[in-house]
Amino acid sequence: MTNVTMTVNGKAVTGDVEGRTLLSSFLREGLGLTGTHVGCDTSQCGACVVHVDGRPVKSCTVFALDVAGASVKTIEGMANADGSLGVIQQAFQDHHGLQCGFCTPGMVMSAAALLADNPKPTEAEVRHYLEGNICRCTGYHNIVKAVLAASGQDVAAVAAE
Amino acid sequence: MPKDGGIGASTVRREDIRFLTGKGRYTADINLRGQAYACFLRSEVAHGRINKIDTAEARAMPGVLAVMTGADFAAMGGNPAGWHIPSRNGDAMKEPKRPVLAHGKVRHVGDAYAVVVAETLEQARDAAGAVVADITELPAVVDMAQAVANPDLRVHDEIANNVCFDWGWIEDNRAAVDAAFKAAPHVTTLELVNNRLVPNAMEPRASIGDYDPGTGDYKLYTTSQNPHLSRLLIAAFVMGIPENKLTVIAPDVGGGFGSKIYHYGEEAAVLAASKALNRPVKWVADRSESFLSDAHGRDHVTRIELATDLEGNFLALRTETLANVGAYLSNFSTATPTFLHGTLMAGPYRTPLVYVNVKAVFTNTAPVDAYRGAGRPEATFSIERVVDKMCRELKLDPVAVRRKNLIQPDQYPYTTPVGLVYDTGNYPATLDKLIEIADFSGFEARRAESAKRGKLRGLGLSTWIEACGIAPSNLVGVLGARVGLYDAATVRVNATGNISVMTGAHSHGQGHETVFAQIVSDKLGIPASSIDIVHGDTSKIPFGMGSYGSRSLAVGGTAMVKAVDKIIAKGKKIAAHMLEAAEGDIVFEDGKFSVTGTDKAKTFGEIAFSAYVPHNYPLETLEPGLEETAFYDPANFTYPAGAYACEVEVDAETGRVEIASFACADDFGNVMNPMIVNGQVHGGVAQGIGQALLEAAAYDDNGQLLTGSYMDYAMPRADDLPMFTVDHSCNTPCTHNPLGVKGCGEAGAIGSPPAVVNAVIDALHRGGHTHVTHIDMPLTPSRVWSAIQN
Repeated sequence: MTNVTMTVNGKAVTGDVEGRTLLSSFLREGLGLTGTHVGCDTSQCGACVVHVDGRPVKSCTVFALDVAGASVKTIEGMANADGSLGVIQQAFQDHHGLQCGFCTPGMVMSAAALLADNPKPTEAEVRHYLEGNICRCTGYHNIVKAVLAASGQDVAAVAAE
Repeated sequence: MPKDGGIGASTVRREDIRFLTGKGRYTADINLRGQAYACFLRSEVAHGRINKIDTAEARAMPGVLAVMTGADFAAMGGNPAGWHIPSRNGDAMKEPKRPVLAHGKVRHVGDAYAVVVAETLEQARDAAGAVVADITELPAVVDMAQAVANPDLRVHDEIANNVCFDWGWIEDNRAAVDAAFKAAPHVTTLELVNNRLVPNAMEPRASIGDYDPGTGDYKLYTTSQNPHLSRLLIAAFVMGIPENKLTVIAPDVGGGFGSKIYHYGEEAAVLAASKALNRPVKWVADRSESFLSDAHGRDHVTRIELATDLEGNFLALRTETLANVGAYLSNFSTATPTFLHGTLMAGPYRTPLVYVNVKAVFTNTAPVDAYRGAGRPEATFSIERVVDKMCRELKLDPVAVRRKNLIQPDQYPYTTPVGLVYDTGNYPATLDKLIEIADFSGFEARRAESAKRGKLRGLGLSTWIEACGIAPSNLVGVLGARVGLYDAATVRVNATGNISVMTGAHSHGQGHETVFAQIVSDKLGIPASSIDIVHGDTSKIPFGMGSYGSRSLAVGGTAMVKAVDKIIAKGKKIAAHMLEAAEGDIVFEDGKFSVTGTDKAKTFGEIAFSAYVPHNYPLETLEPGLEETAFYDPANFTYPAGAYACEVEVDAETGRVEIASFACADDFGNVMNPMIVNGQVHGGVAQGIGQALLEAAAYDDNGQLLTGSYMDYAMPRADDLPMFTVDHSCNTPCTHNPLGVKGCGEAGAIGSPPAVVNAVIDALHRGGHTHVTHIDMPLTPSRVWSAIQN
């Protein structure tokens, strides 16, 4: 066991981990932050996406020790200071961008990373960026809508119903 | 206009808040004090004889608490089949025991034969690597035709030719159907494969067993769509423990699509291990385990024939299907290819004569069971493909042919030749709506534009029906079901007027907590925020048959409405007493009980309070309290229907297919929350497009799963799909439930695969590749390109 220290959602945290302990395991089992989900074992599904120093990372593919000293943000850190939903979270609710909720934390974290890089993405850019996040429930229609809406764009034109 | 937040409103979902903030509580998120961790050992060969499992070294490893093998469970019962399907010669179906852990033989890659329990997950995994299994590999049978033809290849030693049953439907019609084919002016024949799929709910299965040595009570937290059924199966059939000593809790569940309806051996194993160790035992599948051991879906090989006149009027339809059930029978795997498939072979059409033959076949592959749509996608695909092929053979317009064969709106109730009675519908209306929303009239211009870019554009259509809300228990009992298919709900009005609804339906993405509250709010005139929907806990809910088959609202929702009606009826008695009026003069409206024609009234809250503080109350004739339970057994299936259109662009140089647009015109009966209904259709269509273009669970000849991860199994991703156009304005309310609802959960996955394939074939024909009459799913670039070349 080795002691590891990092910042998670703005708070300094520390814990003992094995060399093989994944960041996702450290977050879930070590810190009790179970919002980060693990949906596969090949870094494909994206349910485990968190931000490490502002960049989206699949936390099932990173050893906890590899991000010692880093600043990590998880879905638990995405709400506003008063506890209300952040802009992206609110857009997901408003546009029914989630059903079972399992892929949702990773989707929100990836969407946040996209909008940080590209504040007004096209529909095609959203779809391409989210290629690494698998959702089995929504068919992505409402996820794409939610991300476009979170970017402040009018979604009526791209998703007529 | 719907009442604000009531029935018909697109209320945003209350459950989203916890899911969006990381506060969902899925089984894997639950950690019990003192829990140990289980790791299962799974067969690496498709078929083998277990000679010896040496666990000594594993038992000696750090942290290891127990190693259990099939021998430890041999005295337990098997996981039973829920539906008995007799063969057409009257023979009973073959039901080999499905043990908790494989014993004697392993029968598919992924078949679990041992479990290691240790202090930590890492220790359990390390020790699993030290278990030495001496297994002699035996010849595997993977291909169904080979399984049926070769008497020496047996998945189960006692079952020659690997046939579970050979079912005919309806046997009395067979001679008439055969005669119609002999006399028919035209017969179209198509042989097709309905590809095997892996359901792939994003949350892998997980279970925690928690035995309380003080009380003798077992508790199981598990990823289930159907916790009461799991309790019944585990208690009565597998473990032989009293049902009242087992609680099954299915907390937040991350999707199911059928794969979590069933009881799986891991659930019994963690319960037994918990009892043996006197501490909770937790198991969470990794995705590889899910691929190998979740129940798969579809996997039919079908020959379908359609007899018509030369104008395309359907005269008779006949099918022969081999349906793969895998190595063991899963709980509903015998019902799926029969009563959820054969009974749907009339589709939305007036085909006068239909005969269906299904042979269910054991193979050395993972069990196959209901996956979103369950039998109905297979039926729809076969029908809609053969109809399209017939239209090409006779050079007829596929829209016109469908239109003239559809059941007409004045023909309900309509009795089909395969045993169902459709209560209501308007299939021509949804077809007309589809032609409008998919802009059929603009297709030629779009095709010309695609051609300029060197792409072949095609338009494909399907008109479909399904049977949902399964089903009347007395009917399914005659047909072989071993369970009832009602549902139950309790509506508990608290003294302060707020409400807990305990429903037997289970939400794993469908949004019941929001929609069920909308309905109760609408009926009782109290805010939805004062209503909680409780599901997924057998200790809280009277009973239930869970959620699958698009049955939650039609069956579970009706039970809830009936319990609400009882609340209102009792409230009227209380109000009559308090208002000193005759019960018959009390009306309930907008949350108030009032004396008709007067301004005398009591609010719902006042009545609730009086029920629990019965100072001014008719105690001599009425019990205090305000809580009602209803069980509802439906009078019939519900019959959602619709028409779907897909436009594709095919690159003839590479065979790549792109979905250009997809439109759905559905009839779901009354719609409770349009936003949620649209979302269900989107998800279903995505899975249908996945089946048509991307997904296949492929085994090699040795029974190794070639597509055992997301690296190999092509899940639909955001950039594989377009925005969808959906419409449900042509709704005809179901005639036999009070909400008039039919169900919407599976529609998208049922109607879409044939629309996609029909579109690709259309594109190829328009591009001059008229030799291509069919391509089996998934229509990968390789298959499409090869079809063009040949």
